[in-house]
Amino acid sequence: MLNSKLNLVLLTAIWFLSQQFFAQEQKEDMAYVKGGSYIPLYGADSVWVKVDDFLLDPYPVTNAEFLKFVHENSEWKKSGIKKLFADERYLYNWKSDYSLGENVSEKAPVTNVSWFAAKRFCECQGKRLPTLDEWEYAAMADEDTPDARVKESYNQKILSWYETPKTFENNVGSTFKNYWGVYDLHGLVWEWTLDFNAVLLSGESRNDSDTDRNLFCGSGSVGATDLMNYAALMRYAFRGSIKARYSIKNLGFRCARDAQSL
Amino acid sequence: MKKIIYFSLLTLFLVSSCKQSANKEIEEIAQERSEGISEMSVYNLPATWTNQDNEDIQLKDLEGDVLVMVMIYTSCKAACPRLVADMRNIEEKLPDEVKDDVKMIFVSIDPETDTPERLKAFAKENFMDQDPWIFLRSSEENTREFAAVLAVNYKQITPLDFSHSNIISVFNRQGELVFQQEGLGVNSDNTIRNIKETVSER
Repeated sequence: MLNSKLNLVLLTAIWFLSQQFFAQEQKEDMAYVKGGSYIPLYGADSVWVKVDDFLLDPYPVTNAEFLKFVHENSEWKKSGIKKLFADERYLYNWKSDYSLGENVSEKAPVTNVSWFAAKRFCECQGKRLPTLDEWEYAAMADEDTPDARVKESYNQKILSWYETPKTFENNVGSTFKNYWGVYDLHGLVWEWTLDFNAVLLSGESRNDSDTDRNLFCGSGSVGATDLMNYAALMRYAFRGSIKARYSIKNLGFRCARDAQSL
Repeated sequence: MKKIIYFSLLTLFLVSSCKQSANKEIEEIAQERSEGISEMSVYNLPATWTNQDNEDIQLKDLEGDVLVMVMIYTSCKAACPRLVADMRNIEEKLPDEVKDDVKMIFVSIDPETDTPERLKAFAKENFMDQDPWIFLRSSEENTREFAAVLAVNYKQITPLDFSHSNIISVFNRQGELVFQQEGLGVNSDNTIRNIKETVSER
């Protein structure tokens, strides 16, 4: 009967829809970060930067999650990725295209992924990479304050992590939960941001504390507004030195969304 | 009535996320299009750009020519006029037989301000509203991605001002990046030599 056929189609469609709602629900697990203004400790000449409310994944993306993505999008598998989008170290630590191998934990953050791959992963979840300002804004928080940068202990903790080897092998959630309900912003891996290439440092930044005026247009865009925050300086220097196709063993990512798009 | 519901549900299903079959088809078409394109080619980027004549193009449409590209914004007062001068200087020094195979391209890092009309006016002001000059703009996201490919860094400082790397890039006929000149008002001899060599490669 035509009618029963239609019913079947309807049921199938409803099933798909419910899948969509389920996916939506998963997005609601994201942490809500209330926006505000902040002065990036190492940014454009002490200018206040406004950050809108946004949602952020509580954890970095794991190997298991990325494996699922690769299964569904085979052009991003280890042997399939175009060289334009990732260098030869892409998923270097995985055993093969669809297998992590024994030494790689499913729950550890995925690393050795290029910016292109990270960006695409987030797009496929209906999300995006966080902007540099969003990431830095969320990362100012410690366990109980939204901006802990004035606390000496906070900076020391971050810096001591920078000296700890191989934290990228730990599982996600193994560091502290911050004020916004976000884990692992410090202490696990470095993370890609959408506009990581908005950091302007000269090719040889040891040469001069000033920006290379020949290489950049506009004002010397980076000047430390707070020398105390050596940690932030390290992050900005790192971002300024990487390229979008680089796959690095301690560089992972997490996704974000606009708050109003929910 | 049921048909309407069915249809709208199906539409919903079709427009949903990456992994589902509808998108697979689009991917396959894209893959087909990209067949024969080298892995390192910028023609792998699916972005659509608009030129100063308000025509939509993909970078792939420029395949076959050697491309000389720089990222600027038209309201820039500091380095950009010098970058424009550098580009003009490079073009002037190219031999005629080489010129035919070269496109000189400006890509806006300020797509919001740099509308096609604005690009057109800028092209006219600079006597560049003809071959081989092309002015392009796209979405903010596509621009960020293209900059990532070129390793050009930029940041909006104020609503009107950007800070950006001054890099002129040369792409071969397959769309692969073959040379970059960094800095302002630097000697362009090396760049010109690279363009000539790239054109002579068939």
